[in-house]
Amino acid sequence: MKNQSVQKNIDWITILIYSALVILGWMNIYSADINPTSDYIFDANENYGKQLIFIAFTVILIIVILTIDAKFYERFSSVIFGSSLVLLAGLFVAGKTIAGQRCWYAIGGFTLQPSEFAKAATALALAKYLSDPQVNLKNFNNQLLGLLIMCLPIFLILPQPDPGSALIFIMFIFVLNREGLPSWYLWTGAIAIVLFIMSLLLKPQYVILTSLLAVAIHYFKSRKIHRNIIASTIVFALMAGFTLSVDYVFENVFKQHHRDRFNILLGKEVDMAGVGYNTNQSEIAIGSGGWLGKGYLEGTQTKGNFVPEQHTDYIFTTVGEEWGFVGSTVIILLFVSLILRILYLAENQKTKFSRVYGYGVASVLFTHFFVNVSMVIGIFPTIGVPLPFLSYGGSSLWGFTILLFIFLKLDANKVNEW
Amino acid sequence: MRKLLLPIMIIVAAILIIARLFFLQIIDDSLRLKSENISIKIKYEYPERGYIYDRKGTLLVANQPSYDIMVVPREIKDLDTLEFCNLLHITKEDFKKKIEKAVVYSPMLPSVFLGQLNKLEYAAFQEKERKFEGFYIQKRSLRDYQVNVGANVFGFIKEANENTVKKNPYYKSGDLLGIQGVEEMYENELRGVKGVKHIQRDRFNREIGPFKEGKYDTIAVQGKDITLTIDAELQKYGEALMKNKRGGIIAIEPKTGEILCLVTAPSYDPALLVGRQRSRNYTKLYNDSIAKPLYDRSLLAEYPPGSPFKILTALVGLQEQVIDTTTTFACHHGFSYGRKFMRCHSPAGMYRLHNGIAQSCNAYFANVYLDILKKQPKTSLSVDVWSNHVKSFGLGQFMGYDLPTGRKGLIPNNAFYEKWAYPNGSIRPTYIVSNSIGQGEVLMTPIQLANMMAAVANEGYYYTPHIIKKIKGQPIDEKYRTKHVTTIDKKHFKPVIEGLAEVFKTGTAYFLGVEGLEICGKTGTAENFAKINGKRVQLADHSIFVAFAPKKDPKIAIAVLVENGGFGSTTAGPITTLMLEKYIKGKITQKDREKRVLEKSLQNEYNKFSKKYMDSMYRIKLRKDSLDRVKNKKKIDSIKKAQAQT
Repeated sequence: MKNQSVQKNIDWITILIYSALVILGWMNIYSADINPTSDYIFDANENYGKQLIFIAFTVILIIVILTIDAKFYERFSSVIFGSSLVLLAGLFVAGKTIAGQRCWYAIGGFTLQPSEFAKAATALALAKYLSDPQVNLKNFNNQLLGLLIMCLPIFLILPQPDPGSALIFIMFIFVLNREGLPSWYLWTGAIAIVLFIMSLLLKPQYVILTSLLAVAIHYFKSRKIHRNIIASTIVFALMAGFTLSVDYVFENVFKQHHRDRFNILLGKEVDMAGVGYNTNQSEIAIGSGGWLGKGYLEGTQTKGNFVPEQHTDYIFTTVGEEWGFVGSTVIILLFVSLILRILYLAENQKTKFSRVYGYGVASVLFTHFFVNVSMVIGIFPTIGVPLPFLSYGGSSLWGFTILLFIFLKLDANKVNEW
Repeated sequence: MRKLLLPIMIIVAAILIIARLFFLQIIDDSLRLKSENISIKIKYEYPERGYIYDRKGTLLVANQPSYDIMVVPREIKDLDTLEFCNLLHITKEDFKKKIEKAVVYSPMLPSVFLGQLNKLEYAAFQEKERKFEGFYIQKRSLRDYQVNVGANVFGFIKEANENTVKKNPYYKSGDLLGIQGVEEMYENELRGVKGVKHIQRDRFNREIGPFKEGKYDTIAVQGKDITLTIDAELQKYGEALMKNKRGGIIAIEPKTGEILCLVTAPSYDPALLVGRQRSRNYTKLYNDSIAKPLYDRSLLAEYPPGSPFKILTALVGLQEQVIDTTTTFACHHGFSYGRKFMRCHSPAGMYRLHNGIAQSCNAYFANVYLDILKKQPKTSLSVDVWSNHVKSFGLGQFMGYDLPTGRKGLIPNNAFYEKWAYPNGSIRPTYIVSNSIGQGEVLMTPIQLANMMAAVANEGYYYTPHIIKKIKGQPIDEKYRTKHVTTIDKKHFKPVIEGLAEVFKTGTAYFLGVEGLEICGKTGTAENFAKINGKRVQLADHSIFVAFAPKKDPKIAIAVLVENGGFGSTTAGPITTLMLEKYIKGKITQKDREKRVLEKSLQNEYNKFSKKYMDSMYRIKLRKDSLDRVKNKKKIDSIKKAQAQT
């Protein structure tokens, strides 16, 4: 049974979806960035030419990942995590600043974004920690350490500043939740988000009133034995305090462009030429697609470069405009099936390490996918995260490829476990 | 539960996203429209309008470049209004008004901000065009007239108004189209087809190339040159002769139906209606409700034809065999029927067809007409027989010529009389005897008179008069090459033509002969009345003359109408003979006659009319004022009374 070949055990369904997404991604980058004066698709001066090189390099990357022994990832996860933290920290010393963000290392003509690789490293570290049989997430110390692993990269990424990437790491909370982190962590987070949005939309007194109502209902609905008047009061006090602080945080801690992004989304400010430009243009481009789209390479908004950053974060607008509702839905379904497939595989792992890691992969991909697409279609604030496999960029493509294929290697290796 | 949390979230998220996409892409239509307006710019390329030539190939109407400043209100950015206004010599108020107007038309589509700049203004603006975002220059071609006559023939071109744009989607705001004359009639041929270019723009509004490699673009098709049947020399001469008179001259080549000249007086220089002054000048011409320079009298002046109509009375008489060339009637300075009396200017005596025409004897033709009407057992039947004969000359109908205006004229038939005057067959020949001499109910326009003469010259057929000779690359309409045969047999024309020739020998126009040219013609004097101050007042007669020449192998048929010009032989006659000589010989031998005509002015006559008219208006006003005063006084009195009582 030992040493079965990787080709035989690897999950080809995932690879198929992965390849489809990468190829579609390149096609859309080509459309978004097409240069009428250069009809040579390997032109390394153009983004689509570069992306082709990146894609070629992923093949090497995949072979290397699949060749390395599966145990390596588990054993060296701490080292990998540590070095990725060092790389993140090193940005403050040797990083390159692009558009106000210090997230890149410049190597030759290319730039590398370590936060893309830190995702895989963090997933490995979490998996390693949680798979330790002595660790139990019912235990407060273990909870704390788990959260610390999750938060270490965030501490290094937030000041770059790169809130988009930081957001991705927060979503590792789903992994912890799956492995037994008490539910109130998630509930607290969810309630905080709801309260935050409500306080931006409504006057604080209404929000506090609603909170009081919710707490009261919860109190009277629970069985008598669970009723705890003191706990309920504290919860309500915390909610009220949070609500009141939101206003202060929003006005004083947030920067203007953060405020703008929320306001656009909540329909408070409409300045389509200024801060609302991106979202407005991407909605126009997608909306103009109709059922079947304008056809590949025929998108007028795409050709006119109306949507900024169309080849990176806004690549989905090209899909929407040129492939229409049908094409967009196909991409969405590809993503959904990819993530669900990973979750399915994760649940069927024999080792806890593989399962936790698989969950981490799924959370990262889901968060990226959801945040990116929602932002592009105007139901989420503008946060710069790439769309996995589709967006232009070597770091993100390689980061996601490494993330995914380490899992596929672990999965392929499960027959060797017992 | 913990296992299911993430999958459920994924599925919920996917549904949310797909729903939002469905809304954006399928339900919300506004986004698609926005996309097209933003990213594709449509540019029109206007072809040059076709040139217009006369029958001899002389260029009459060419083109000159003109530049319009177009505006897309939505795209105006950081405009230095003061500099902009100074450059174009407009005031700030003008600027505001024009922008508002453009916004009303459409904030996103281009419309004309300032039309028809000359080269100097264009040059000054072009230098700074880049500074004025939202404005651009559209080149068009305007007319450049090579002659200062023929305004009524050509018509003019003007910007399409909102109604036109709505009615015909080919035209966009600011496009030029032909109005009146051949510009209107042959608009489709002359204008060509404008080219359309779809241009893909980027987010800075820069043009980055053709949209879809120009798949939807079309190339402008040059307007077709047209050749008119007009003889420019004759037209010019006719307009000169008609100076200081009102009326029209129309000449037709009988063998083809080609219109040789179409003169209306007063007219105007066609160049007046070109360029930025067009609108102002047009209003001025339009508002001249007395001289009516925009009213084409050669096509629209619908009058009782007078004596020329006797030609038809004679022809119908011959055809119906109620007379022959020897039939004789007596004239005693007139003709009495019932208790009425029709005066006659011709010397008393016995009249046959020959001298009846030459002397234009009213009594002779009244008798012929009565015989025609008595031929059938019932007068009502005879009226229709006569009416049908006359209508076969193209009268009482739009003739189908290729000019956009016209009048039907009137040739009454029995139904007409039944309806308006003599119901239940109570009509009697004597009731309508005035028709015999072209007074009565008969109405004709100059072009119908000329066409009638063409039919007489051809001895029984005519072609629909037309002004188009050639359109580049296509033959003229079949209907202009189809013979219309009258109901009168060919043999009956001979004696009538002899009579018409006699007019110039011994008849009413004996002093109007032209050496070496045998003319057949007929004088006409149409009484005319105006209602002034509610009363029917007789004004000076309209002078009419119809003719064709030469007698053998006629080359030209002509009708001349001079309003209030007196006898046919006094004003219209000399003009006719001069026109005929000019056309046939190319030079004028009767120099003193020419001089007299050129110098003759009927302005005094017209002033008299307008003075009377003005006086009457003034009297009406006085009367109205005094009535008002009385009314007001009564009102005030009653109020005072009421106040006193309380």
